[in-house]
Amino acid sequence: MSQVTGSSDKAIAKELDAAARSGYNLDGTKATRVKRRLTSRTATVFALLIAVLWTLPTFGLFVSSFRPADQINTTGWWTAFENWGWTLDNYSEVLLSASSSAPQLGSYFVNSLAITIPVVVFCTVLAAMAAYALAWIKFPFVDWVFIGIFALQIVPLQMALIPLLQIFTTTLKPAQEWLHGVIPIIPDETYVQVWIAHVIFGLPLAIFLLHNFISEIPRELMEAARVDGATHGQIFMRIVVPLSVPILASFAIFEFLWVWNDLLVALVFSGGTADVAPLTQRLAELAGQRGQTWQRLTAAAFISLVIPLIVFFSLQRYFVRGLLAGSTKG
Amino acid sequence: MTTADLIGKIFQILLGLALFAAVIGLILFLIDRAPKRGREWYQLVLFLAPACLLLAVGLLYPAVRTAFTSFTNRAGELVGFDNYVWMFTQPEALLTLGNTILWVVLVPTISTGIGLAYAVFIDRSRGEKIYKSLVFMPVAISFVGAGIIWKFIYEYRPAARPQIGLLNQIVVWFGGEPVLWLQEPFINTLLLIVVMIWVQTGFAVVVLSASIKGIPSEQLEAAELDGATDWQRFRNVTLPGIRGGLVVVVTTITIATLKVFDIVRVMTGGNFNTSVIANEMYTQAFRAAEPGRGAALALVLFLLVVPIVVYNIRVLRKQREIR
Repeated sequence: MSQVTGSSDKAIAKELDAAARSGYNLDGTKATRVKRRLTSRTATVFALLIAVLWTLPTFGLFVSSFRPADQINTTGWWTAFENWGWTLDNYSEVLLSASSSAPQLGSYFVNSLAITIPVVVFCTVLAAMAAYALAWIKFPFVDWVFIGIFALQIVPLQMALIPLLQIFTTTLKPAQEWLHGVIPIIPDETYVQVWIAHVIFGLPLAIFLLHNFISEIPRELMEAARVDGATHGQIFMRIVVPLSVPILASFAIFEFLWVWNDLLVALVFSGGTADVAPLTQRLAELAGQRGQTWQRLTAAAFISLVIPLIVFFSLQRYFVRGLLAGSTKG
Repeated sequence: MTTADLIGKIFQILLGLALFAAVIGLILFLIDRAPKRGREWYQLVLFLAPACLLLAVGLLYPAVRTAFTSFTNRAGELVGFDNYVWMFTQPEALLTLGNTILWVVLVPTISTGIGLAYAVFIDRSRGEKIYKSLVFMPVAISFVGAGIIWKFIYEYRPAARPQIGLLNQIVVWFGGEPVLWLQEPFINTLLLIVVMIWVQTGFAVVVLSASIKGIPSEQLEAAELDGATDWQRFRNVTLPGIRGGLVVVVTTITIATLKVFDIVRVMTGGNFNTSVIANEMYTQAFRAAEPGRGAALALVLFLLVVPIVVYNIRVLRKQREIR
């Protein structure tokens, strides 16, 4: 969320515009809020220290990714300024080199996007529906259903993988082959398995997080809608979804990161070809060729970081001050 | 990758999304057409059906199977509680349990503590966005990437050669001898825990920061007018206001920590006394061909989560009474 500087009209206009676009009408006090300095000197020092400590390891990798292989293995990255040898070779090798031993990240990069985007959409929508039902449709055992779903978070992936894989081979495989026969442009190795697996493993946490926020929507609002004769479907689409945009966006960001960074599910369900396998799987393969390819790994790891950071920055404005700002008084 | 490949992939995505939209549209349509009798029940089922169906197939059924497996031996014969006896009597298994407890005590408390202080300090300050992003960055890094990153911190080189790991370099600067960090029992577990804290803190900061922004500004302003100090305001306005957010953060991080697998796998492989339950589970089930032991470990993991679940349910019940 962009903060307002002083009380310049332009900034306020921008602020209100951003707020309006994300479905909010903020009241005046929030829009004219002035910036403060950090609360005290101690707080400043603490915040700076944490920021530096948290950034340092990644910075080390960043510097290393611009150093030639022999230097990476013999000198510390903090000496990069003394042992001058900055180069873009690592990046050009992982991205552009067409030799069979080179990483050739392009295809995997597309796969990562193709896996992640649909999963985020599926998981967020299904979880929002379930969370709404659990929070607002009165039924005797609803609490127990919620407890059950919550408890499923801890079923370790490693244990669920094998049974799920068996189910997929008996049901999905024939369907995929048939589809490939009908529409040749779709390969017989499709994303469907990975999608379904990710959605299943993401749902318990998604329902838990969304439920916590959806259940806090003011009761009067809901009851007013019920009195006006709205069905649950209408309440969900017209009230709950618009009000939950910040939490839906927050969850979508996290889900995006989890799926994008996942390795285990991909290893089991993607088949490992350039048709389906995501970037992390390629990275792990490269990491397996230990010893002489660290320079490639540094560059490849950085490339895999770029998209998640873009996602985080571009969606940040949804972390809005006030979940229900301006929608209700009280 | 050829253009045809790319078109095929894009086509797949669009087809998937279109199918999904059609299904959801149909469900919402059916919800609106609910019959008069048993309306609530009918709507509840329709809302929950897709999620519950997936969960039943992908998690519930495997969980039940795992519970059954934990009472069998290699050959699949029922052996009663043998696997559990092994877990609570063998020294290496006990060490794994102890390590897991250490992880679960340290990671959530430290991550949430640092995250909360940080979120409060940077709230509404200049450059808040940048501060947040810097700490959030590790969340956006895959564990594979994190393993590579921390190699450049923990790596060891003999004293005669220049160090390439930052931690050993600092030790050398202070006149010490470089240490094989990841092979020193107990210290290595703590160093792996540091990596997990590094990854999780960003999550805490982002969620708590959003919660802090959810506190009505009138309350904070009222406290300010009443002459409350910063600390009093934090204690009496901020903390009660973000309780929900705190519960979410601690719960999520605790569960993530209990399931921690990749960090240990990538950095030490569970050797040198660093193994934790999730890693041991994998080793027993897939490497040592002992599915029964793996399943028993999984079940213990499940039992460890029960108190967290119960606490969350109690918070939830309270909320419902207030509403």
